[in-house]
Amino acid sequence: MIDTFVIPLLQIVIVLNATLVAVTYMVLLERKVIAWAQSRLGPMRVGPYGILQPVADAVKLMIKEDITPVRADRWVFTAAPIISMVPALIVYAVIPFGPRITLFGRSVPLYITDINVGLLYIVSVASVGVYGIILAGYASNSKYPLLASLRASAQLISYEVAVTLTLVSVILLAGSLSMVNIVNAQFNARVWFGFAQPVAFVIFLIGGLAETNRAPFDLPEAEQELTGGFHTEYSGMRFALFFLAEYANMIVVSSVATTLFLGGWLPPFPNTPALHFLYFVPSWAWFLIKSFVFLYVFIWVRATLPRYRYDQLMRLGWKVLIPLAIANLVVTGIVKVLIG
Amino acid sequence: MGEAIAFYTIAAFVLGFAVLVVSTKDTVHSVLFLVLDFLFVAALYVLLGAEFLAVIQILVYAGGIVVLYLFVVMLVNLKRPPEAHQDRNRRTKLGFGLAAAVLLEIAAIAAYSSARPAPATAAATGVGNTEQVGWLLYTNYLIPFEIASMLLLVAMIGAIVLAKREL
Repeated sequence: MIDTFVIPLLQIVIVLNATLVAVTYMVLLERKVIAWAQSRLGPMRVGPYGILQPVADAVKLMIKEDITPVRADRWVFTAAPIISMVPALIVYAVIPFGPRITLFGRSVPLYITDINVGLLYIVSVASVGVYGIILAGYASNSKYPLLASLRASAQLISYEVAVTLTLVSVILLAGSLSMVNIVNAQFNARVWFGFAQPVAFVIFLIGGLAETNRAPFDLPEAEQELTGGFHTEYSGMRFALFFLAEYANMIVVSSVATTLFLGGWLPPFPNTPALHFLYFVPSWAWFLIKSFVFLYVFIWVRATLPRYRYDQLMRLGWKVLIPLAIANLVVTGIVKVLIG
Repeated sequence: MGEAIAFYTIAAFVLGFAVLVVSTKDTVHSVLFLVLDFLFVAALYVLLGAEFLAVIQILVYAGGIVVLYLFVVMLVNLKRPPEAHQDRNRRTKLGFGLAAAVLLEIAAIAAYSSARPAPATAAATGVGNTEQVGWLLYTNYLIPFEIASMLLLVAMIGAIVLAKREL
């Protein structure tokens, strides 16, 4: 009873709340890091060093007037932000923050569930998320959002191919689709898969930037060309949902990258006797540190690189990343067969 | 008992959304109901213990094919008036004919599978769902699998030829 209902429910509540808090503070972190990169201070007014800024933002967005354009498709217009947000949140069901640990004399897993098609589950849920963007553009019944949503979905579909191919090469190494087993395979291999699959790792990171519509691939929200992007007509809480979904997706990409390429909850070079002292850092802390590094890189890239042009983006995706990912997959397969 | 309740609930949703797909006037709404329908079909697969199939159902149909439907519906102007020579009666007859054919097919499959029940494979061997599907595809069903991939290859080449005429 406790193991099947109470603990999973508690885990879901904790993970959902922690994610939403993390998402709101990601916004603050991004503003602070970019301000630092540009020699500014960033938000400083609300609370010491602007630490309460996310709370103020949330209150502002919630009490703002929520406008539905007159000629919008009312139902789809309302559903689109929800469709964006939900896939970004339910992915956390299979992300392992740590192994089973003993808590108050009871063995508790640090993941909500471990299904044996975990990685495919993440890919398929993420592929449903694209509906939010397409429908937002369509339902607004307005030119710029429609153009932006077409761009966004073309970009998502293109980069999804490359990203999924890199996932397959990791699956080949791990021999499993379960997220927990993939981490365990890295424990047995004594090396993070990021070192065994450097090409896949780089392609995954670039694809991750593109899939979350982040700079330098933030064409769907290129304000100089498209006013605001697919959410131009949205306001108030519904706009906030799109905004939160983008950051939630960034956290998803970071967590998946951590699990697949940086050994999840494992310290560097796991299972090596000389490095056993690294286990004094708790497993979930390793996971959070590594995910945080990815999130920081996301912001860093945004502060550094200018935006791609649309044809450059498509050329990079189809003519560079996808062939490279396929070649990497073939080489991985051959090496795997040769080594056995 | 619980499984039966879950099955009939999900099946009711599948049928309900299927009816909405064909009865809704707005084409985009109809496509969206199709997505919901596919999601509930995936739920049926989970109920059967075929979680690999369920996830692939969502990935390929809900996340891939229907997105293309949506593109076509959104970008092509479908609000044309129906052509004059098309009488409704003929379409109704055609619809009934097709429905009868599908019903006959389902009845034949049901009769066949009750006469020759499939050997129970799942869970008996202790191997995961994904491994079993992969194993069967590359042993017992190799030729159908290869024919299907040839079909996809032909479709892909056809698409490229259509898109790049001067190639």
